[in-house]
Amino acid sequence: MSAEAETQSAEAETQVEKREVQAEEHPVAPFIRMDRMPHIWCPTCGIGTVVKCYASALENLKLDLDKVAIVSGIGCTGRVAGYMNMDAFHTTHGRAVPFATGLKLGRPELNVTVFSGDGDLSGIGGNHFIHSARRHMDILVILVNNFIYAMTGGQNAPTTPLGANSSTMPFGNFEPPFNLPHLAASCGASYVARWTCLHIRRMTKAFEEGLERKGFRFIEIIAPCSTLYARRNRLGTGLNLLLFFVVFVEIQHGVDTREVGIAFQEKIICGKFVDDEEQTTFLENMNAHYERVLGDKYVSMPPEGGWIHE
Amino acid sequence: MSRKEIRITGFGGQGVVLSGHIIGRAYSIDAGNEATMIQSFGPEARGSACSTTLVLSEGEVLYPYLQELDALVAMSGDGYEKYKDDLNDDGILVYEKDLVKPTLKEGQPAYGITSTRIAEEIGRVIVQNIVMLGFFAAVTDLVTKEQWENAIKDSVPAGTEELNLKAFRAGWDYFDEHYDGGKPAGQETASIPAEKAD
Amino acid sequence: MKTDPAGVLTGAHYLDGDFAAGEGAMAAGCRFVAGYPITPSTEVVERIARRFPMMGGTFIQMEDELASMAAVVGASWTGTKSMTVTSGPGFSLMMENIGLAAMMETPCVVVNVQRGGPSTGLPTMTGQADMMQARWGSHGDYELIAMSPKSPQETFDLMIDAFNISEIYRVPVLFMMDECVGHMTEKVIIPPAEEIEIVARKLTDKKPGEYWPYELNGGDIPEFARAGDGYHFHSTGLTHDYRGYPEMSAECQWDCVGHLVNKIHNNVDDIVRFEEEEIEGADVVVLTYGITSRVARLGIEMARDKGIKVGSIRLIVVWPFPEKRIRELAGKIKGFVVPEINLGQMVLEVERCAAGQAPAIGVPHPGGGVHDPNAIVEAIVGAAK
Repeated sequence: MSAEAETQSAEAETQVEKREVQAEEHPVAPFIRMDRMPHIWCPTCGIGTVVKCYASALENLKLDLDKVAIVSGIGCTGRVAGYMNMDAFHTTHGRAVPFATGLKLGRPELNVTVFSGDGDLSGIGGNHFIHSARRHMDILVILVNNFIYAMTGGQNAPTTPLGANSSTMPFGNFEPPFNLPHLAASCGASYVARWTCLHIRRMTKAFEEGLERKGFRFIEIIAPCSTLYARRNRLGTGLNLLLFFVVFVEIQHGVDTREVGIAFQEKIICGKFVDDEEQTTFLENMNAHYERVLGDKYVSMPPEGGWIHE
Repeated sequence: MSRKEIRITGFGGQGVVLSGHIIGRAYSIDAGNEATMIQSFGPEARGSACSTTLVLSEGEVLYPYLQELDALVAMSGDGYEKYKDDLNDDGILVYEKDLVKPTLKEGQPAYGITSTRIAEEIGRVIVQNIVMLGFFAAVTDLVTKEQWENAIKDSVPAGTEELNLKAFRAGWDYFDEHYDGGKPAGQETASIPAEKAD
Repeated sequence: MKTDPAGVLTGAHYLDGDFAAGEGAMAAGCRFVAGYPITPSTEVVERIARRFPMMGGTFIQMEDELASMAAVVGASWTGTKSMTVTSGPGFSLMMENIGLAAMMETPCVVVNVQRGGPSTGLPTMTGQADMMQARWGSHGDYELIAMSPKSPQETFDLMIDAFNISEIYRVPVLFMMDECVGHMTEKVIIPPAEEIEIVARKLTDKKPGEYWPYELNGGDIPEFARAGDGYHFHSTGLTHDYRGYPEMSAECQWDCVGHLVNKIHNNVDDIVRFEEEEIEGADVVVLTYGITSRVARLGIEMARDKGIKVGSIRLIVVWPFPEKRIRELAGKIKGFVVPEINLGQMVLEVERCAAGQAPAIGVPHPGGGVHDPNAIVEAIVGAAK
């Protein structure tokens, strides 16, 4: 076969393949902006898995997608909002939670998810995170924890385990990291869970619960970052990281969140730690309080928002 | 353009700002002129000497702060000591007789009232500032009595209008009783000097 | 359209500038406010916090100014008119998400009751030293609109204008008060609701699936869709194309950022608002804004008594700057005098626009008070020579 013929044959094959791909839509395609594929995440990155589980949760719940909004900050996970086919906002670094707060209070009927990374939510956005939990703000926060600032090139994060290597702790991290489920629970989160990218079904179920509960719901997903975290720490490939989860994850539902801190290459406790369905939310508290003290004079914002129109 | 400058001073809790608010409201809204009130704000406002200033004018007030003080209302000794030197030589001093011991300049018009005791007699010491306001109103004759009373009704908390009007009238009457139709004992006229360039 | 009467406290009031700003916002239809306490601006949100529950508005005290501004941008995407209020130090923190609002083309109002700076500066005393920060404070290229009222009454009136113009051009409007106006109490007349014209959020007529959030369709301003109406749009602080999708290229940067600048540049004549007085035949023109305009009028009158022909121009909209008018005047006069409560900010803009045709003489004041009118007279005398 001549070189030209070879090329033509290869092109023909590609075209056939393309047609097949178009014909057979991925089950979660309706939830994804397929016109933006392929995504920017590295091979073996865990974020895609988390997105798939979130989309499955939306599908399983048959939620009205028109009323679900998603907000991201900056970073690898910060790109999630950009790939979800719903009202989606890719905001500034660390400010996804307060942006989401405005969305929720501006139109209370919205079901708002914040989807961002450990550095974004617990580093630069840490103050917003704790205050949002404190005031029981009605948002679901999905935090993908890969133990490192990945998009900027592997710098130390508030979640980097003691002793782990990062580009700004080249001799190993000596700062104790956050125990995020404990942080969220102690500040007032109504729902707190942690899973890894290995736990597809449990993660999906947690997202379903998170989307249906009210108040400040926090789900931490431990995700592999082979490009930076694993490489810097000589932990192998994405597959090695998942195998690590197989061996080192312990599921302990309802465990005291003080016990779930993460040490370098030691066990990771997963499970549903808090699920308080009785807790009242910011909006419920505000409405009930004003109804009590102001009576008939109180006018609450309508579910579809405070916009003024003809 | 007429321009009149007033400072009210007292200690925290005496209602200095409310007094200023009523004067400003009466002069601007009820009498159809302009009045700019500036609260002395900041750490000092939390301490003993509290103060507010007003610039009254028939037209727009351009410079909002004091330039030449025409009237000082002193409800506390501290306040008087702090601001007495700002007062024009012919500026009017209106003061709480039991709390302020003024050292008057030659020919300076000064009017004292036992406003705290009068307020106690009315039954609520909290209206001391309004007794003082009634007295100040009678001394200065800035707007009509009816305009003063409207401004009070529109400024005080709902339900306290009658109490405050009673206090206002008590201060107003004190002037008539003690100052013989407008003249302080041994002193000349009471009108705020006007006709200064704004 | 006419505003919602629920937010209008019709009548004659004796109000300070901060309260007037709150009343103006409510009359303009603002129904979401996020803020953080800071002197001398806090009374604005205190007023709103007290009145919002009776009109379907929500006020939330956020954990800081970063959060306040982010929440305002979020709330505005629901179509609810939104505002935050601060002073210098908080204004600095808000710059990050003012940039986001500019990039996402989000209508909103930011009130800055200016105090003396830098840093903590003079918390309780007046200043006008954030004027250049208002123009250039967030990083990158963008244009926005800033206004400066001279009195509580104008604060009320102009606040309605601020919300309206913010809707028309989909930009943050920075409402640059100063402590003096904020803490000054004067007569404020609030008209009946049926006399208050507001600009409602103009929503797209397109159907979901046909709509892109930054498509211009031949106009200057993209059409708006509210979050929750089924459009499934994406908006980002990244450089983006008409679809709201990130695109990292110099070409897209031209389109995206060029548009942010051009939508204001192309409409400057409709946006600028200024007041002139006795400009015709003047040798000297005094340019002012905010409280300084009132103090300067004293100086102007004193200078006229000396026989100097003085005119004045008072900026109501300070950004965009009325470049064309200043250039025109510069060819006809001996000099500009620019008193401001800073050590020389807007005077630089006058100098730039005058382009050497006439000098621009600043009358600086570091803050903590207003000018001595004599200093302004002196500058006028100097400029007239």
